[in-house]
Amino acid sequence: MGTIPGRRLIISLFLIFLLLPIYWLINMSFKTNSEIVSTMTLWPHQPTIENYMRIFTDESWYSGYINSLKYVVINTVISISVALPAAYAFSRYRFLGDKHLFFWLLSNRMAPAAVFALPFFNLYSAIGLFDTPWAVALAHCIFNVPLAVWILEGFVSSVPREIDETAFLDGYSFPRFFIKILVPLIASGIGVAAFFCFMFSWVELLLARTLTSVDAKPISAVMTRTVSAAGMDWGLLAAAGVLTIIPGALVIWFVRNYIARGFALGRV
Amino acid sequence: MDKTVNQKAWFLVLPVFLVVAFSAVLPLMTVVNYSLQDTFGNNQFFWNGVGWFKELLDPTTDLGERFFASLWRNLLFSAIILAIEVPLGIVVALAMPREGWTVAVCLVILALPLLIPFNVVGTIWQIFGRPDIGLLGYTLNSLGIPYNYVSNEFDAWATVIVMDVWHWTSLVALLCYAGLKSIPDAYYQAAQIDGASRWAVFRAIQLPKMNRVLLIAVLLRFMDSFMIYTEPFVVTGGGPGNSTTFISIELVKIALGQFDLGKAAALSLVYNLIILIVCWVFYTVMTNAGAERPQKEGSV
Repeated sequence: MGTIPGRRLIISLFLIFLLLPIYWLINMSFKTNSEIVSTMTLWPHQPTIENYMRIFTDESWYSGYINSLKYVVINTVISISVALPAAYAFSRYRFLGDKHLFFWLLSNRMAPAAVFALPFFNLYSAIGLFDTPWAVALAHCIFNVPLAVWILEGFVSSVPREIDETAFLDGYSFPRFFIKILVPLIASGIGVAAFFCFMFSWVELLLARTLTSVDAKPISAVMTRTVSAAGMDWGLLAAAGVLTIIPGALVIWFVRNYIARGFALGRV
Repeated sequence: MDKTVNQKAWFLVLPVFLVVAFSAVLPLMTVVNYSLQDTFGNNQFFWNGVGWFKELLDPTTDLGERFFASLWRNLLFSAIILAIEVPLGIVVALAMPREGWTVAVCLVILALPLLIPFNVVGTIWQIFGRPDIGLLGYTLNSLGIPYNYVSNEFDAWATVIVMDVWHWTSLVALLCYAGLKSIPDAYYQAAQIDGASRWAVFRAIQLPKMNRVLLIAVLLRFMDSFMIYTEPFVVTGGGPGNSTTFISIELVKIALGQFDLGKAAALSLVYNLIILIVCWVFYTVMTNAGAERPQKEGSV
């Protein structure tokens, strides 16, 4: 009910439009550079996995992925663990300044990263965290913590308050109630929030690039430096790109019904 | 839904408050500090009052000219992508299948561009649009349409816009789809009995039900397109000339390229203020919508 005429055609065309550039990237990643430059082929005529092999064997490449994963994981753990109690507080209680605080959190989620690039650079250099995964992980907290609070607040609010009350009547202490009852109840919500923290930290480039130089260089920065280098290695760049898409593509199936909710900060 | 007043809840919020204060308030104070001072290096700072702000807001100076040029460019960009993505997103949401295995397939493919790192989105389109090795650029050129996003301003804009449509239309579509799914079948049956046309169903049932999600989508898209940095930076680097230099790109150029602390800080604050105002509208929409929710469920 409620669909429009010609809907199959419309949706098919749109999905093809979405998939075509991605297909092209995958196609390039399996070609040799001579094939890329010399001929225009719709699929790799001499398929090769050499591009991928180079990434997995060259340390300057694969360490980029490891560095990225490091700060993304640290960030996700910090974000979720500080956001959980706060989400419960916002969902259940009224307290001094709660609305202002909630808005302030949102405004940080929306603040342009470009504004914070320079002060973060100074701040983390001053406290000696520059070029470590911790600097990027903490910097990404500025948008991921608010995001996690907003998403989790929505999930906590969907748990009936009677459950809290019953648990307290049964003699559960607050920490025990929190870990034994609340967390399992909103497990899917925690999964969704963790997924979005992971994703937003994974896709961010500006702060990650500004706060690292050598030791903690993330994959996105490794890629941009290859782009600016003379003599493009397109196949290698494409392969690196394909590998960054994989984490998202792996979990996408499990979160497909929550995508809209996550991007709308749990408000849909 | 009455919440109990409990000031001890602050203890639960404290960790979040500390983390965000550390990464937001501290840096922002540095920015305020820089914006009022001038430096000639060596960590020597001189009081400059509102000098930078005056220069920034005066289009006759170099800084002001750059600021307003990138601001208008960015607003134009946001307006264009909203004008394309919102109607297209609605159409796609309406065209989505409602049941069966195709729903899951559509959802997964729609979500795919949203989860690709921003710089890889740039890389994908950089490759896809190149006249020598990209499918799009090659096809257009062989059809006799000269297309080169590196040297032609119009082509650069077209590429950046199509890229953004590719990247984010799914978000609008997914939000609208979530709105559409919440419409009970009874509404459509009633419309059928009344003999309502397809258009009437859209105007009277679907659009009002999508109102709130659409507003959220428009605000989210506006804010994110207003802060866009990585994708155009990777594809065009802000060029040719300055034609695709949006505010964030301009700001990073001034801050990290020239290390012009005072100018960058003044620009940052004005930029942040604009975002804050839009954000406040967004917040009002979101929280009002939340207050409306239980009431709506009760009335159905």
